[in-house]
Amino acid sequence: MTTVAVPPAAVESLAPRRKAKRPFGPASIVKYALAILFLLIVLMPLYVLIVTSFKSGGDIGVTSQWNLPEHWTTASWVKAWSSLRDSFFRTFQLAIPVAVISSLIGAANGFVLSRWRFPGADVVFTLILFGMFIPYQAVMIPLREIVTTLGIPPGIPTLVFVHCIYGIPICTLIFRNYYATTVPEELVEAARVDGAGLLRTFGWIILPISIPGFVVTIIWQFTSAWNDYLFAIFLSNTRNGPITIALNALAGAQSPDYAASMAGALITSLPTLIVYVLLGRWFIGGLMAGSVKS
Amino acid sequence: MRRLRHWGPGLLLLSPSLILLAIFVYGLIAWTTKMSVSDQHTALKSNGFVGLDNYKNLFTNDIQDRFVHSLRNLLIFTVVFLVGAMLFGLIWALILERGVRAEGFFRTIYLFPMAVSFVASGVVWRWLMNPVVGDGAGGINALFASLHLDFLQNKWWTNPTWGMAAMAMPAIWQLSGYVMALFLAGFRGIPQELREAAAMDGASTYRLYRNVIFPQLTPVALSALIILGHMSMKMFDLIMSVSGPQWLTEVPAVYVWQTLLTSDYAKAAAISIVLLLLVAVVIVPYLIYTNRAEKNS
Repeated sequence: MTTVAVPPAAVESLAPRRKAKRPFGPASIVKYALAILFLLIVLMPLYVLIVTSFKSGGDIGVTSQWNLPEHWTTASWVKAWSSLRDSFFRTFQLAIPVAVISSLIGAANGFVLSRWRFPGADVVFTLILFGMFIPYQAVMIPLREIVTTLGIPPGIPTLVFVHCIYGIPICTLIFRNYYATTVPEELVEAARVDGAGLLRTFGWIILPISIPGFVVTIIWQFTSAWNDYLFAIFLSNTRNGPITIALNALAGAQSPDYAASMAGALITSLPTLIVYVLLGRWFIGGLMAGSVKS
Repeated sequence: MRRLRHWGPGLLLLSPSLILLAIFVYGLIAWTTKMSVSDQHTALKSNGFVGLDNYKNLFTNDIQDRFVHSLRNLLIFTVVFLVGAMLFGLIWALILERGVRAEGFFRTIYLFPMAVSFVASGVVWRWLMNPVVGDGAGGINALFASLHLDFLQNKWWTNPTWGMAAMAMPAIWQLSGYVMALFLAGFRGIPQELREAAAMDGASTYRLYRNVIFPQLTPVALSALIILGHMSMKMFDLIMSVSGPQWLTEVPAVYVWQTLLTSDYAKAAAISIVLLLLVAVVIVPYLIYTNRAEKNS
């Protein structure tokens, strides 16, 4: 099996193989120095975001940019929250249904393509997978035309629909590889011999052991729906769209209020960061699954 | 017939997805392609067939070679982004792979930018890449000044020739952790016996990596390149958020959006299809190769 991309296995394989027991030599000092240097570089933008978001207007001068705030204030947070609040809750209405629906579709597809195969299943799978790589600009123009012609109002329900469709390839991929490596073929065969049909096998035998797969696709789809900007800008607006649109409106003005923009960027990132920190191990598994082959 | 009864239900369960993807992926691509060979240059309906004229115009008749300019920007961005993210990802993986205390902590920090949207990170990177140099310098330039590294100050993405290289920095920041995770999984997938055998043969650490470990990582590196490469081709959010749509940093994905604002559907469609072809040239062989490799194993 060359398509690894197996969520649980990938997570396992990330676990350290052995504890570092070697004594501290020069080599390991260099190693830690580098690790910490890179850590600081990666955290630098986060530092700027947090520090600036608590500054007051007069405090943002060029010379004191990197300093801690002289007077800590939450005024910018209040301002950012008031302009992002509505879209913040709307984005949950977008990201949660997308995560659940596309995971269910992906599970069903993945099961068929790995354990209830039909002639030509591999070709069909490759055709499905291609949908994951296309630049969405290539479908966006007619997509918007369909939406306007059919009189579908722009906004969250439309976005849920398109995210579910374009999420099918990645969810199918994740579940196909998950089932192919964790569900023994004999299990499905045994159920068949007992006379269980496809739906019964899937619902009673496969779904209960699919939780690790679901964790991965739910995190993945939640994050990508939450962070999406392209579909949002085409199919919604600041009054009915997700938070990325609202943040861009807040931060993209001619002379942006940097403190409020940064507070807004933190508010926008908070849900995905919390999901990520709480479920990080599985999230990493999801990233592995994003690669067709590893 | 019995075989059909065997696999029929599976195909049935799959069919809603297949129909949706047939319409919304392949159908809409066909629609866009049709639009790209039409003369629909305004909001009014028009279905005159003009062949490949729209494509030809993009390459030979665009004002100030705007399309070629956007391709050039995309090329610089992609090269810097791929090299940077692969390099940092590999270095971080090598550091962590050698066994580090609190590895989980380092891994989480290196990876966290991945959870942030480009729109949100664009806010801070626009601030960090403040193009003012000298006395009024801000952002990273100010940091350079305080470290007495003034010579490193530069105009970042506002540099007309190499600005796109700076634009790749936020993308590198965001995706290096992902490459690290891929490589880390690759490293851990190499059987311990292989390392032990090499050590027994008296291979130095350098030779161990050079001759034993790195060759095993080729598939991982390839998938990382594919994932990053196709992300790079589509890059839109980041540029919209850092610089907004403007000539200096325009890439095809942004050009499509700008063209649509003028209702030139045929031209926007043609740019989209060129973009699709650029991605397909890389992705299709990769998918076929993966499919074959899987069959042979």
